[in-house]
Formats: sequence, structure tokens, C-alpha cells
Amino acid sequence: MNPKRREALRLMAVIGLMASTGLISQAQAAEWNKAAFDGKNLDDVLKAMGGSSAEKSGDVSLNAPDIAENGAVVPVGVTTTLKATEIAIVVEKNPNALAAHFSLPAGAEPFVTTRVKMGQTSNVLALVKADGKWFVASKEVKVTLGGCGG
Amino acid sequence: MGDPMRIRATENGGVTEVKILMKHDMESGQRKDATGKVIPAWHINTVVAKVKDKEVFAAQFGPAVSKDPFLNFKFKGAAKGDKLSVTWVDNRADTRTDEVAIA
Repeated sequence: MNPKRREALRLMAVIGLMASTGLISQAQAAEWNKAAFDGKNLDDVLKAMGGSSAEKSGDVSLNAPDIAENGAVVPVGVTTTLKATEIAIVVEKNPNALAAHFSLPAGAEPFVTTRVKMGQTSNVLALVKADGKWFVASKEVKVTLGGCGG
Repeated sequence: MGDPMRIRATENGGVTEVKILMKHDMESGQRKDATGKVIPAWHINTVVAKVKDKEVFAAQFGPAVSKDPFLNFKFKGAAKGDKLSVTWVDNRADTRTDEVAIA
């Protein structure tokens, strides 16, 4: 077997895969922000969401447990008194930091609750965009059983 | 086509509170099967809630949202009896829409 030919075949397979996945993500939900969900840390995520830094704010409140017995299901709630247009939940030590992002059209209350997975004990950040700026509140959640391993 | 969602929407004093339970494995792409191969990520990407064709709330999920995602949100401007429709799309372009009357 010619090793060069093997290599070429493998390259073609990889390129083909990239093209097909690219096509798939275009055909469906054009609005899914892949760059933001690929971000490894808060800075990556903020950049992908069109911000540069987030200001700590007491007007953002993050509702999460102190200790999560099961990292696979950690309830996280975000509310704010700011005029929020977007809310995001970030788990700092997860492989991909951004867990969920919410857009609030006119009429939506700045309130959301969901459940996220956490691989290990980490800071959970609530990001709120108001007046074009990002504000943040954080809380450490201790995880006794991870949700992303296995 | 996934399994049906459970949606509850109740209007109180002009604010509608919505609770949704979606049925989805939300495979993270981090786990490995018994032979050590990575199980590919398979998760809901977007969720959109509409009343009378007007978007009232939208979410984007990464693989870090828990299995069978739960979502709770509130919005103004709908009345009892209005139809709330919720649609999710996952990263394999599978989609599901369910509708419920606001109580």
C-alpha cells in the first residue's frame, strides 16, 4: 500500500467532513453562534458575542446551588433589574465555557432558569447585556459528581 | 422528529410564565463508549418561542445544557387563550414544534 495515497485519502475524507458539517450548520439554525460555543474561556465567549469585557454588577443576580451533588443537573437561574437584551450562562471550567445564551425580544422579562452540566467545581457566571454592555455576576458551585466524564 | 415537549404557560397580571421540558439526550461530545470511542455531540442548538408568529423568547444551547433540557422564562403582552408555539432544532437538523394555549 502506498502511504502517500493513504494520506491523500485521509485528507480528502477530513475535508469532506468539514464541508458537510459546514453545510449542515448553515442549513439549520443560522443564528447558532458556533464561535461563542467553541470558546474555551470567558474572553473567547465575550469576543464571539460582540463584547470585550464584562463589568461586575450587583444588579445581576445568579441563582445557583452552593453544592451540586450531581454535576449533570445543576439548576441555574439569572434575573436582573437591568434592561437586558441578552443573557448568557458560562461555566468557567467546562471544556467549552458557554452553556447557554438567551435573546430577549421586547416584552421578555429579564428572567431565565435552566439546568446545566458541570464537569467539576467551577465558577458559574451570569452575563447580562444591557445598553450594549455586558455585566456579570459569578458564584462558585462545588460539584461532588461530574457531569461530563464517563 | 423528537418526542413531544411538555409546556406549561400561565398568564398572571399581564406576565406569562412559561416552563418547558424538552426531551433530548443532549450528548456532550465529551463522553466515550465502552470501546473508548468518543460519542459525537448531539444536542439542541436553538429554541424559539412564539406567540402569533412574533418571537417572545429565544435560546441557544451548547452541549453543556443538561439532558432533557428545562427552560423557564417570562414575557409580557400575551393574553389567556393565545397559542404559544415552541420549536427546537438540534445539531443534526432534527426539529420539533409543540403548541399550547396560555392558561
